Formats: sequence, C-alpha cells, structure tokens
Amino acid sequence: MYSEKVMEHFRNPRNVGEIEDADGIGEVGNPKCGDIMKMYLKIEDGVIVDVKFKTFGCGSAIASSSMATEMVKGKTIEEAMKVTNKAVAEALDGLPPIKMHCSVLAEQAIKAALLDYAKKNNIEIEGLEDFDPTEDPHEH
Amino acid sequence: MDKLIYMDNSATTPVKKEVLETMLPYFSEKFGNPSSVYSLGSQSKVAVEESREKIAKAIGAKPKEIFFTAGGSEADNWAIKGIAYANKEKGNHIITSKIEHHGILHTCEYLEKQGFKVTYLDVDEYGVVDLEQLKDSINDETILISIMYANNEIGTIQPVEEIGQIAKEKGIYFHTDAVQAVGHIKIDVNKLNIDMLSMAAHKFYGPKGIGALYIRQGVKIDPLISGGGQERNRRAGTENVPGIVGMGKAIELAYKDIEEKNQKLIYLRERLIKGILDNIDHVRLNGHPTNRLPGNVNVCFEFIEGESLLLSLDMEGIAASSGSACTSGTLDPSHVLLAIGLPHEIAHGSLRLSLGDFNTEEEVDYVVEKLVDIVARLRAMSPLYEKVKEGK
Repeated sequence: MYSEKVMEHFRNPRNVGEIEDADGIGEVGNPKCGDIMKMYLKIEDGVIVDVKFKTFGCGSAIASSSMATEMVKGKTIEEAMKVTNKAVAEALDGLPPIKMHCSVLAEQAIKAALLDYAKKNNIEIEGLEDFDPTEDPHEH
Repeated sequence: MDKLIYMDNSATTPVKKEVLETMLPYFSEKFGNPSSVYSLGSQSKVAVEESREKIAKAIGAKPKEIFFTAGGSEADNWAIKGIAYANKEKGNHIITSKIEHHGILHTCEYLEKQGFKVTYLDVDEYGVVDLEQLKDSINDETILISIMYANNEIGTIQPVEEIGQIAKEKGIYFHTDAVQAVGHIKIDVNKLNIDMLSMAAHKFYGPKGIGALYIRQGVKIDPLISGGGQERNRRAGTENVPGIVGMGKAIELAYKDIEEKNQKLIYLRERLIKGILDNIDHVRLNGHPTNRLPGNVNVCFEFIEGESLLLSLDMEGIAASSGSACTSGTLDPSHVLLAIGLPHEIAHGSLRLSLGDFNTEEEVDYVVEKLVDIVARLRAMSPLYEKVKEGK
C-alpha cells in the first residue's frame, strides 16, 4: 500500500521532537479525524535553521511530517512557502489517494508555524494572507 | 522471532492440513457435478450431503435445514432480504443492532431505501444489546430480529437465548450472524430458538468462499440467488464441492475437544490482556471482560493511531488488525467502538489481537514485549501524549 520511501520515513522519522525556544509553532489537524501535526521552527535571519515535529496519526501522516521537515530545513522562509503538499507526496514517491490529506496537513503545519512566527514578529509573509490553519483538509 | 506471529484469526484462519487433504480429490479426480446422474456425479452428491450432516449436527439442526452459500455475507444478505421480501405482506419492520457486521448493516440500509423500517438497537459499554429496548421496539409490523451471536471486533457475546425467547413469544423470526461464533462456541439452535444462522468456513480453519445459512424448517423465506434447483430450490448454482467438503471437515475438527481448546485460548487471552494492562498506561480493554470470544482481545491505546500501530507490529512480524479509520479506507473510526461510547480520538487507537489454535504462550509474551516498545515510541512522537504528561 505504501512506497518504500514512506515506510523508510515511518521507520526512521527525521526531526522528531520539540524545540523549546521555537520561533514559530504550528498545530493542525483534529484528534477526531485521527491526525494532528505540530511543527516547531527555529528561524535566524529569515532562514529555518532547525525544525522538529510531533504527529499523532497514521503511517503516512508520520512519514509526511518527517519528509516536510527535511524539505524546509536550511531553507529561507520564501523557499519553505513553496513546499506544497504535492511536493511532499512526490518526495515520498506518492501516497495512496485516501492518504493525500496527510501531505496537505504537512504543508499546513509548516504554514501554521510560519504564520505564528510572522505574528510574533509583526511581519507579513507573502502567501499567508488568506491562510487558515483551522481549515480541514479531509474530504468528508 | 523468525516466523510470522499471526494474531488476526477473527479476520481469517489458515486451512488445517486435514481439511485441505479431504478437499483435494474434489478438485481433480472427484470433480463431478452433484446434479449429474452418473456415478462420478453422485459421488460428489454424497460428499455434499455428508458435509451437510456434519454441519447440522454441530449446531443441533436437521441436515435439510442447512443451505450452502458462498460465505457469511451471502448468508446474511439472504436471511435479511429473503425474510423481508417473503413476509412484506405481514409487516415491514426489522430490528437489528448498531454493532452488526456490515453484511447486516448495509443490507438493512439497502432495505430502508426499499421502504422497510429498521430499528438499530443500542448497546451498553461492553457492547451488549439492550433487551428492554428490544422489547419496546417490537410492533405489529416487526417481521425479523437479527442480532449477531458474537461481535467480530470486541468479541462480546450477546444474550442470544433471551433474544430467541423474546422472538419466539412474539412470533417473530430470529436470525443471528454467528460467523464469529460457529466453531468457537457450542451452539444449539433449538435451545436458543434461532430461526436462521449465518456461518463462514474460513473463520474455523476451513476454506474461504464457502458458508451456510441454517433455516429452520417452516420459515418463509425467498431465495436470494435464482437459477437451477440446487439446495432444494432455495439457492441456485453448482455446489462448491471442495469447499463444502472442507467446511464439513473443519466444523467436525472445530467441535472436537472444543472445551480443551477454549481453555487454552482463554488462558492465552487473559495472559495477553493482563500483560498489556499491567505494562502500558492509558489503555482500555474493549468488549465484555469475561463474556467474550475465547480468542478475542481488543484494546485502545490513547494518544496513538491504530494504523501506525499495525505498521509497527508488522515490522516486528506480528499480524493484527484495527477498527481504525486508516485501515478501513474511510476516515471514520469503527462503528462498534463508537456504539460502546468511545470518543473518536480514542477509537482511532484500537487494536484487535485475535488468537487461534496455533498461537503459543511464547508468542503472547513476545507481542506484549513488542507492544510496550511500540506504544512508547509512537507516544514519544505524539503531540497528544505530551499534553497529558504536562497535565494539560
């Protein structure tokens, strides 16, 4: 059902944990639906120098979180904003159709953390004007 | 451990060697159609009837009350639709429960679209149907009560005898989906006042694709499959002879030494439950503590999700299942766990371990040991567990 890449990230997830003095924290998802992602960012001079995550969810939710953290680590905010759910899914060699919402959650978790950073620092990040971290990616 | 630890015997069981051996000749040299007049055909006919006798004997029925089907779902569909259509002049109301297998639930939903009325009974925290609600739900239009013998997810055994008594007093047909019970619990259809009973061979070490519906003599029921005159004009289609032969052998073996087998299974079940509850916190046992299937264990681990649990177990060579959203291909957790009152987020973390004749104490201990590590690892990753640790 899952690609080798998904299973590899599920077995050995990268960047699991918390950052105590994080500059931006984003939490998306809903325990009722069975998945929550929490993303912690450490940002210096507009660059994401460290990232950690915690996820409650299925195998692909954990793998998507892990992959997303790898894709934004060391990147500028602008570059991180370009990490789409499709890019996360492609980097995992694809996800089953019913699991695509996991990659959407990963994209949202990054954006939610960036939004938190922007609010704390009173700045605006291009592309986050209309972002709503509470939006439900599930197609119920 | 090098070999696979199979703890999903409620999903299906392996065909036992003795069963397979009795089946094999009926694929090749004894391939005749039971309806043919020559001796090759009558040889198959005899084999089918011998199997029917074994199945009837196992549940206290007459051979002519056993009708072969392609499995449990067909038997369930036949019982519900067959009774509904044959008795619609008498009434249009069916009573079932909220925790039935989808073979029953989806069939009832289909009938609702055809104009039938269906009452879905509630269950208590252990998954036992409410008998008072059952009595109160019966009206002049009620033609059928269908309540499962034992639940496939949480293992709870229903008060079948009481339900049979209520149905008999009211003159309403009583069907029970006994797919999880046949071969594992002693059943006497007369003592329990059961009018129809569904079973499937692959749940008791027989082959897949073969099952049966017991229909008490005199019950008014329409056929589901029309065509030739097989099964005394009630179920058309050339008989699955190897499957039928295998089912007969399997049921015979299942009820041989059943007390000893169940004693062993219950010992393993209790050891597994105790091992989990003693070594892992924030865990709950689902289903009735004692009145449950001998091999069924169903637990919920809070703060983790069922599919990641199953994948992790699979990585350790352990096959189990979950009523979780992700495995069933929908985002909703198990209807059974919701019916016993679990909140969604806890229902997502369920695990069913179903033991069978081939499991050992060593395997049970190994599974507990691995579960402790897996649950700890997944919880370390879970933002929900972090909140609990912080006391939020």
